[in-house]
Amino acid sequence: MYLLRLALASLANRRFTALLTAFAIALSVCLLLAVERVRTEARASFASTISGTDLIVGARSGSVNLLLYSVFRIGNATNNIRWDSYEHYAKDPRVKWAIPISLGDSHRGYRVMGTSADYFSHYQFGRRQHLALDQGRAFADDPFEVVLGAEVAEALHYKLGDKLVLAHGVAAISLVKHDDKPFTVVGVLERTGTPVDRTLHISLAGMEAIHIDWHNGVPARGAGRISAEQARAMDLQPTAITAFMLGLNSKIATFSLQREINEYRAEPLLAILPGVALQELWSLMGTAEQALFVVSLFVVLTGLIGMLTAILTSLNERRREMAILRSVGARPWHIAGLLVLEALALALSGIAAGLGLLYACIALAQGYVQANYGLYLPLAWPSAHEWTLLAIILGAALLMGSVPAWRAYRQSLADGLSIHL
Amino acid sequence: MSQPLIELHDLVFAWPGQAPLLEIPAFRLEPGEALFLKGPSGSGKTTLLGLLGGVNRPGQGSIRLLGQDLATLGQGARDRFRVDHTGYIFQQFNLLPFLSVRENVELPCRFSKSRAARAAQRHGSIDQAAAQLLAHLGLDDPALLARRADSLSIGQQQRVAAARALIGQPELVIADEPTSALDADTREAFIRLLFDECRDAGASLLFVSHDQSLAPLFDRHLSLAELNRAAKPREA
Repeated sequence: MYLLRLALASLANRRFTALLTAFAIALSVCLLLAVERVRTEARASFASTISGTDLIVGARSGSVNLLLYSVFRIGNATNNIRWDSYEHYAKDPRVKWAIPISLGDSHRGYRVMGTSADYFSHYQFGRRQHLALDQGRAFADDPFEVVLGAEVAEALHYKLGDKLVLAHGVAAISLVKHDDKPFTVVGVLERTGTPVDRTLHISLAGMEAIHIDWHNGVPARGAGRISAEQARAMDLQPTAITAFMLGLNSKIATFSLQREINEYRAEPLLAILPGVALQELWSLMGTAEQALFVVSLFVVLTGLIGMLTAILTSLNERRREMAILRSVGARPWHIAGLLVLEALALALSGIAAGLGLLYACIALAQGYVQANYGLYLPLAWPSAHEWTLLAIILGAALLMGSVPAWRAYRQSLADGLSIHL
Repeated sequence: MSQPLIELHDLVFAWPGQAPLLEIPAFRLEPGEALFLKGPSGSGKTTLLGLLGGVNRPGQGSIRLLGQDLATLGQGARDRFRVDHTGYIFQQFNLLPFLSVRENVELPCRFSKSRAARAAQRHGSIDQAAAQLLAHLGLDDPALLARRADSLSIGQQQRVAAARALIGQPELVIADEPTSALDADTREAFIRLLFDECRDAGASLLFVSHDQSLAPLFDRHLSLAELNRAAKPREA
């Protein structure tokens, strides 16, 4: 016990170096834990991008590709699927609800998605949360109404009643615009932290209407053009969509229905389980995530090496201290113990300060991160995994502390009672 | 005749691979005696103190402290024996700067149960022992006890070091050039205080210094150069 008192007093005497050392450890610990927490939460939030949907069905391609364009609005569908395929499965008795989606247009870099009103009542994300309107209402009968995701509305400063023009294709700068058929903002969704925030939602009828006078991917010219007014009067039932999502009455039916869809004879379809595809996708990104973890481990190692350096350099100027302690009866192992305790005290205070720093950062950044990245960083007590990491850091610090301890042990045996200046 | 406190017999010591540094056929220090040992630097003085402290082991011969042959004790036992029976005062910067004056004085009691027990027995408690010793040495301001050791003047620090050497009544006090950092007036006053305290505690004093002018103050004075046969050829 008295050794601890001596170690702390000696550290306090070198408080500037000691504080810097502990601070370096604190920063590295904070970084490691922050990376760990963001990693865990990112994984959880990634997994909860979509929930409650049992199957996603699209044209036959890869499951990751289908997931990417249908949920993450990344990439493009290889092919459309027929409306009657959708109707076939939407009417299946095992299916509780079905959401058709139609993609391919954009607005200033944000994707436009054509869908039905069911999207707002059945689509779920996170822990089975439903979409909710922040302002206005869902699109109704008029085909030229648009509901904006939270980020779209915020970034482009749209409010209810504003008119906007959609562009053909998904390139950020599109040369072909549907400028003859402007849309009116009727609703803005609440923030979800998912790709929904970056989407403009229109009805399938709207999607059909803006392409009604298009043939082979180019707009009609002159007399062939159909105005918005004319389009409103026409039959806007789509003949093809990009994909659809299914919610089933019973989970048990999922696999058999998936197999059925994959073997559908009328056209080649692919049905995926969102959870499985998300796993697949996450494993692709796992390398980057692990690299981040490894980097932060090395930062911790750097912090500990800083501590080792600080203690080792102090050894020489503390030979007098050691000799005095030896003269009043401290044995060499006392001297070694003193240095191990010193390393332990530095590491412990570094870890404690690191935790404090982490919580301060989370408390400060929580709102911002949630709003901008959809990541909820909980101000929670460290998890078992985090405690394990901290214990490993402490163990490593002890191991490193034994290096100067060993040197001091040898040194105090050699120096004995002679005082070196 | 009583048992000598220190008895060296045919002592030879050499650092590995070097010629013998010390060769002392016989040396005795009686209980209660104050001995001045003149030893210029390089005379093997530090090595001799290391041997007496049980830090180094002699190559040949024996070192007896209170009749106990140090060479027969293990490293740990020698360390314990040293702190139980010997108090040290060094040249200067004797104290741990980051501890208070009181804590510095009490250090030996932290590592030696017998010195803690004797201090408590004689003065009531270790704290009182420290306060009384310091008061005897002229440091009787209670506020001073709580101050950091390095906030004191050199002269005050040496008196704190003396109190630390004396706490718990070790049989032997070894002072290695304790006055070299003091000026002439305080030097003699310090030595007289040290004598008084050693006498009170019944401790022998082995005072090592190169300053011959202090020698007349002591019961007996010796020169390490005379004692040590190994040193002679080098001087010639």
